[in-house]
Order: sequence, then C-alpha cells, then structure tokens
Amino acid sequence: MKKLGRNIFAYLNERFLLQNLFDLSQKKKVPEHPCSFWYYFGGICLFLTGIQIMTGILLLLYYTPSIDGAHESIQFIMSQVKFGWLIRSVHSWTANILIGVIFVHMFSTYCLKAYRRPRELTWITGFLLLVIFLAFGFSGYLLPWNELSYFATRVGTDIAGSLPLIGKWLKTLILGGSSVSQATLSRFFWFHIAILPVAAVAVIGTHVLLVQILGMSKPIGINEAKVKEISFFPDFLYKDALGWTLILVLIGVLCVFLPWEVGKKADPFTATPLGIKPEWYFTFMFTTLKLLPSHIIVIEGEKLAILAFMIGGLFWMFVPYLDRRAAQEKRSPVFTLIGAAVFLYIVVMTILTYTVRGL
Amino acid sequence: MNRRTFINGFLGGSLLATIATFLYPVIRYILPPKQAEAIQKKVTAAKVGDLAPNSAKIFKFGSSPAILINTQDGKLLAFSAVCTHLTCTVTYQGDTGTMFCPCHNGRFDLAGNVISGPPPAPLESYQVEVAGEDIFVSKKA
Amino acid sequence: MKNKLMMKKWMMLLALSCLLFLPGLGFGQKNSCLDCHLKLEGELRAPAEAFGQDIHQQFGLSCSDCHGGNPAQDDVDLAKDKSFKGAPKRAQIPEFCATCHSNAATMRSFNPNLRVDQLSQYWTSRHGQLLKKGDTKVAVCTDCHGQHGIQSVKYPKSMTFPWNIPQTCGRCHANAEIMKDYKISTNQLDEYKQSVHATALFDKKDMSAPTCNSCHGNHGAFPPEVKSVASVCRQCHSSTGELFSKSPHKKAFDELGMSECEACHGNHKILRPSNEMLGTGEKSVCVQCHESGSKGFQAAADLGRIIDSLEKQMKQNEDILALAEKKGVAVSDATFRLQDVMTILISTKNLSHGLAVADIREKADEGEKILAEVRQAGDKALREAKFRRTGLIIATAFLALFGLALFLKIRDMTKSGSRP
Repeated sequence: MKKLGRNIFAYLNERFLLQNLFDLSQKKKVPEHPCSFWYYFGGICLFLTGIQIMTGILLLLYYTPSIDGAHESIQFIMSQVKFGWLIRSVHSWTANILIGVIFVHMFSTYCLKAYRRPRELTWITGFLLLVIFLAFGFSGYLLPWNELSYFATRVGTDIAGSLPLIGKWLKTLILGGSSVSQATLSRFFWFHIAILPVAAVAVIGTHVLLVQILGMSKPIGINEAKVKEISFFPDFLYKDALGWTLILVLIGVLCVFLPWEVGKKADPFTATPLGIKPEWYFTFMFTTLKLLPSHIIVIEGEKLAILAFMIGGLFWMFVPYLDRRAAQEKRSPVFTLIGAAVFLYIVVMTILTYTVRGL
Repeated sequence: MNRRTFINGFLGGSLLATIATFLYPVIRYILPPKQAEAIQKKVTAAKVGDLAPNSAKIFKFGSSPAILINTQDGKLLAFSAVCTHLTCTVTYQGDTGTMFCPCHNGRFDLAGNVISGPPPAPLESYQVEVAGEDIFVSKKA
Repeated sequence: MKNKLMMKKWMMLLALSCLLFLPGLGFGQKNSCLDCHLKLEGELRAPAEAFGQDIHQQFGLSCSDCHGGNPAQDDVDLAKDKSFKGAPKRAQIPEFCATCHSNAATMRSFNPNLRVDQLSQYWTSRHGQLLKKGDTKVAVCTDCHGQHGIQSVKYPKSMTFPWNIPQTCGRCHANAEIMKDYKISTNQLDEYKQSVHATALFDKKDMSAPTCNSCHGNHGAFPPEVKSVASVCRQCHSSTGELFSKSPHKKAFDELGMSECEACHGNHKILRPSNEMLGTGEKSVCVQCHESGSKGFQAAADLGRIIDSLEKQMKQNEDILALAEKKGVAVSDATFRLQDVMTILISTKNLSHGLAVADIREKADEGEKILAEVRQAGDKALREAKFRRTGLIIATAFLALFGLALFLKIRDMTKSGSRP
C-alpha cells in the first residue's frame, strides 16, 4: 500500500514538482494561544462553502428555473428523487449555518483586530465575501418560487428601490423588469449559479492566498513566549477536521428532524401574507426600517436608515484604515466597543423581529 | 502493531467509511428516479379517443382536481373542478351542457361562468392542446 | 271626490318636484325643513341628521317628497302648509311608503328593477294581518328598513343586508317582553346563531346562505307550513330532496303530516349532521320511529355501519399521512387521493336520504378501494421516515467513529510533538 502511494507521488512530482509545494506547506505554522479557538471559523466557512457547491451542483440536476416548473421541481426533488430531501435540506440548512458562521468569523477577527496592517486586504476581501454570501442567500431564497420567497423578494427589492437617485434603476436591474416575474427568476438563477460562484471563488482565492502568505494574526500585545506553534499540515488540519465532523453531525440531525419545507407555490395575485419577513440574516435591517418613524425632521425615516446602513457598511469595510492605534500594534478599546455595539445591535434587532408583535 | 499504526489505521478506515456514507446517497440521487421529470405545467389529461362526445373526465392538475370536457360538437375544454362555493368537485351534465356542483346546485356554463346557484366566482379555464395521441392541459398564460 | 282630486294634484306636484330636486343634488337647494330641524335637539333633530345617509336623498328626494310641506319657506307655519302630512302613525306607515313604492310608474323612474308588490305581500303576512286587526306593535316598514337613514339592501351596513337580517328580525322576535302576548318562542335567533347556515353567513361571508327571510319570506313573512319547509330546503339542497322524494320516507312523512327535512334536522338550529344521527345509537333519529327488530331499524343499522366505517378508515388514513408529514416525508399525492374519498364520503351521506342501502354500499366500496391505495402510500411514507432515521444513526455512528479517530490522532500528535 505504502509502495503504491510512493510510486504515484513520484510520478506526479516529476510533472507537477509537488515536492516544492510540500516543503512550503510544512513551513505553514499556526500559533496556539487562549484566543486561537477562533481560528477554526475561517476553515469552517470554507468547508460549508464546499458543501454548498456540492449540494448546489446536485440540485442543479433536477431544478427547473422557470416559474411554471421551479416549485414543481422542488416538490419532485423532495418526494421522488432518492435522497433528494437530504440534498435539498442540507443545502438550505447549510446556507443559514454558513451565514451565521461568517458573522462569527467576522466578529472574532474584528475583535482580535486581525484587520490591522498588513492584513487590511484580507479584511476587505472578507467583507466582500460577506456581501457575496448575503447575495447568495437572497438570490437562492427566490429559486423555490414559493409564497415566502416571492414576497420576501418583493419586500427586499422594494427597499432597494427606495434608495435615493439610483433606487428605481437598481430595482429594475435586479428584477429584470418592474415586478417579480420570470425575468427575475432567470436573473437570480444566473446570479446564484454563475456570477456569484465565480466572484466567490476569485475573492476566496485572494482571501485564502493572503492568509497563506501573511500567516495567522495574533492578538495585539500578546506575550510571544507564551505562544506555541503547531504545523498546519497535518496537526491543525486534524483539529479542523474534528470541528467539521461535529458540524456534519449537526447538519444531519437538522435535515432528518427538520427537513426544509416546500411551501405553497407563489401566486402573484394573492394578498401578501401577514407578517412576511426576509430571512433571519436580513431581519436586523428590516426591523430597523420598520421601527423607525416615518419622518425624522424632514428626511424620510426609511431613506435615513438605508443611508445609515450604507455609511455603516463603508465604515466597517474600511475599519483597517480608520483604526490607527491597532495599525501601530496598540490596543484600541474604542474600536472594540464599536464592534461590540454593532454586534449587540444586530443581535437585539434580530431578536426583536420575532418577539415584537405586529412586525 | 503499535499504537501509532493502530491510530492511523483507525483514522484511515473510519474516513473511508464516512466517505462511503456520503457517497451512497449522492449516487442514488444521481441515478434517475422512476418518474422522469417533475410535473410540468402540462399535464396529460387523457388520450385522444378516451372521451366520447358530450362527456367529461376528472383528472389531477397540480394538487387539485380538474375537469376535461369533450363537448357535443367535439371541442375539448378544461377547467378547474373545484367549485368556488365550498370546494366540492363539479361534474359535467351532458343533458344541459353545463357543469354542475351537486353540493348546493351551483351551475357553470362552458366558459366557466356561474349561471345559477351560490358560487361567487367563475371556474378557472385551462388551455387544452392535442399533440398526437395525448391531450395536454396547462394553465393559460 | 274633491279630496281625491286634491290628492292627485299634489301627487303630480310631488312627482314633478322630485324631478326638480334631481339637478339640485348636492347643490344645496333650499331646504328649510333640514335647516330648522338641524337646529333642534333630540328626537326632532335625529331625522335631519340621519337623512344625509338616506338612499332617498341620493335619488334627489327630500323631506317634503314624503311629508309634504313647502321647503322654500323659512317660517314654520308657512312651511307646514296644506300639503303637509307630518309624521304618519304606525298603522299608516305601510300605505305611506307604498304611495311611491307600490306605484310601478313612479318606481320605474328611479329603479325599474325594484319590485312594487311589497305592500300586497305585506298584507298576506302575519305582521300585516295583525296590523289590519289594529295591533300596532307588529313590524311595519320602518322597523326593518329604518326611518330616515334608509340604506339599500345591497349596502353591508343596511339593516336588511343578509348578514344583518337575523339581528333585525331578532330585535322583536328574540325579545321575550315584546313577544309575550303572541305566545311565540323567542329562542329562534339564538338557535340560528348556532347553525351551519349562520356560520356560513357570518364567518365564511357566504351571501347565498339562508337567513330568516330565505325561509320565511320578507314582506310576506309567515311561518312556513309543514309541507312547505322542505320545498324551501330544496332550493339549495335539491339532490338530497330528490333522493328523499324517491325514498319510502316521502309517502310515510306525507301520510303522517310530518315536516320532511325539519323532522330530523331541525329548523333554526340546523347543525352539521353527525354520523350519530344514523345507525341505532341513542342520538340516532331513525330509532325515533323505527322499533328494534323492524326492517327500518335494520336499514338504519346498516347505513350507520357503512358510513361510520368509511369515515373511520378515512380518519385513520388522514392520521397516518399527517404523521408521515410531521416526520418530514412528502405525501402530497396520497393527500390528493384522500380528497376523492372525502367527496365519496359526502356523497354517501347524501345518498343516505334515499335509503337505498345497496347504492350506498357500492359507493362506499369505491371509497374503500381508494383508501387501500392511500394506506399503501401512507405506510410507504412511514417506512421512509424510519429509513431516514436509521440512515442518520448509521451516518452519525460513522462520523462519531471518525471523530474519535481524529481525537486520538490529535492527542497522540500533541503528546509526541512531531509529525508521524
């Protein structure tokens, strides 16, 4: 067995010069310290993305992106295709888990100020990935063409349409027309399986490359003597794998006991169901818009909120350049507080969405 | 064998078993299911010649019953068979050339319109296409 | 003679002045009646206030068109001139309204579709008969239609809109004080409110559901005779009626003078029929006439058994499908087939009125065939649910083993501190 492995390696090495790669990989080290637990989350994001790509490709085998066939094809996958219920439920559950883990990864790296020089571009590409995966979630949600997805898309694009100046144009661009229709479904499908995956691969590639080149960021002011280092291959990878195994068990349990529902087919002519909300990861923005008064002094509340979110997003994306103290390897409690405030805001607003009556 | 060999073997073996557990559903998924395609908007309601003139047949359209009528002059019409009053299934009455709901005497003409009785709304009419031997019914555009 | 001529003259003037008022719609033509009465209080103010919503006002009619008088005059004595009729007494109200409403030519100019026989119908009603005898406590036009804020029957807030009718009739007929002299019970409204018809009308907003006037008539309201109740029910439930007429019960009921539908289903408190009404149990209506051992008793037992069994089996299958769905397995095809069984079940219950046990058994058998298929699908779904759980356990077991292997490997590496 071992001899066969050695022969294969020798064959490939002659052609791909694998040994160089191997030697390089041996040098890759991961520091271990009290906060190094958070290092796992980036890898989990990658693992879950891999699951999404695989299950997504499988779903593509039976899915039909037309308003006359989309819902029926999901119904077909859930009832007729062997293990279709599993593939589809994994895809839907993992999407939600992935976005949750992205938020954890983002807030943990923020907390550790991992965005500070020279890792500013890692942070910015990471932020772009957040936007890309939220877009994945938004576009994917419409594809089953059920009641919830249809109206959630309507609400979401209405909000996009209320942006000043570019709103109407943007909404038409997203919808492929004036309302949610076949054009929208085709467009969202195009986004979901072509544009966003290519973008994601490119940005993930850049992001991971930067991590490889720059190594793992350590907390500011850490006592170097206390830091142990382990090799990435295979030590840290085994630990990664243990985490991934646990997550797989979680996904399996969720899919068997809480399979994703097919829902009712979208009917544009019915009234909007009461209490329609977007998916949970958008609810903090949605609830902000709903709770704000309709006018603050002269400006429309909704527009002000959208403006605030855009400015907030820009601030968040460019935080590496704003946090001067961290760039100088000094503790920056102000930015930690800002991060904590943002985190709290998102959590509270999300919880309020489901607990406040009449929202 | 020493402990290290055992652990490596255990690792390798359990990895293979795990991969097999995942490969099995994926392969079964890819193998074509018995019913080749999802029920498209077109439903095969009947074969040409199944229905005599001035008779009708109930068939499944989506998740609700629908009615295919072969009129006296040989025209094929299709409607939702769910009565708009209290959702009983309507029937076709050849002697009056109308659709009739036996629950509370709702009556519909061959355009789906209510001509008497309690139903508040007309029956949705569907598009009928004949391709070779088969009669296809689909929702109107 | 002279009075009649005067009457006719004033009628002409009235009719013409109606037309005069038409263009004056909304332009605030001089109406001293309203001007004055709006300045008054209480009972004298109320008519003027209410009239703004009145349907007559929408047709350009005003106070003087019914009450006479001269609305152009501000001085009250001049306004109440010779044509002034004032408020009619209760006993005169039907004829007062009928001045226009029984005149086909007059009504044609406003609404050609409105009937003009309300007064003649009214005189045939119990209310009308008693009024003629001098009882002014009975209902007259204004009791049901209102006085000055009269709405069209088609307007949902009108006292005569279908879902308001039970309350309108109930104002008197559910009041024990008012009805005590007539020796009529006052529980009809309460009973009606518990019925399926009330549920259809109030909850489902089904305007075709019967209310008081559907069975009793409105202007010609009179309790239906024993023979006529069934004809009324047949208006909507015709297939049931036909079956009944073909059954041996028809002759029997006619001979006994029993009211057809009402004998078993009641009149006001018509509830959703339960299976217990069939068969030979204590709630059965059959055993009220058919003694144990008789042919009728046997038929009742058979009917009850067939329908009971079909319904029980259907419920069983519903439960299985619901369980499968709860466990996450899709069962939409089987659920659809079950709808067919529901239709058959309703059909057998309807057929029971025809008493042809053989026909009913045939229909039930049809249902049972479908149920067998559904049962198969349901069992398959439950097996699938079990398969999924078993699969999860196996997959989790392998993953757990793999996790354990990883854990051991990690511990081993940490101890030795180097790559094996």
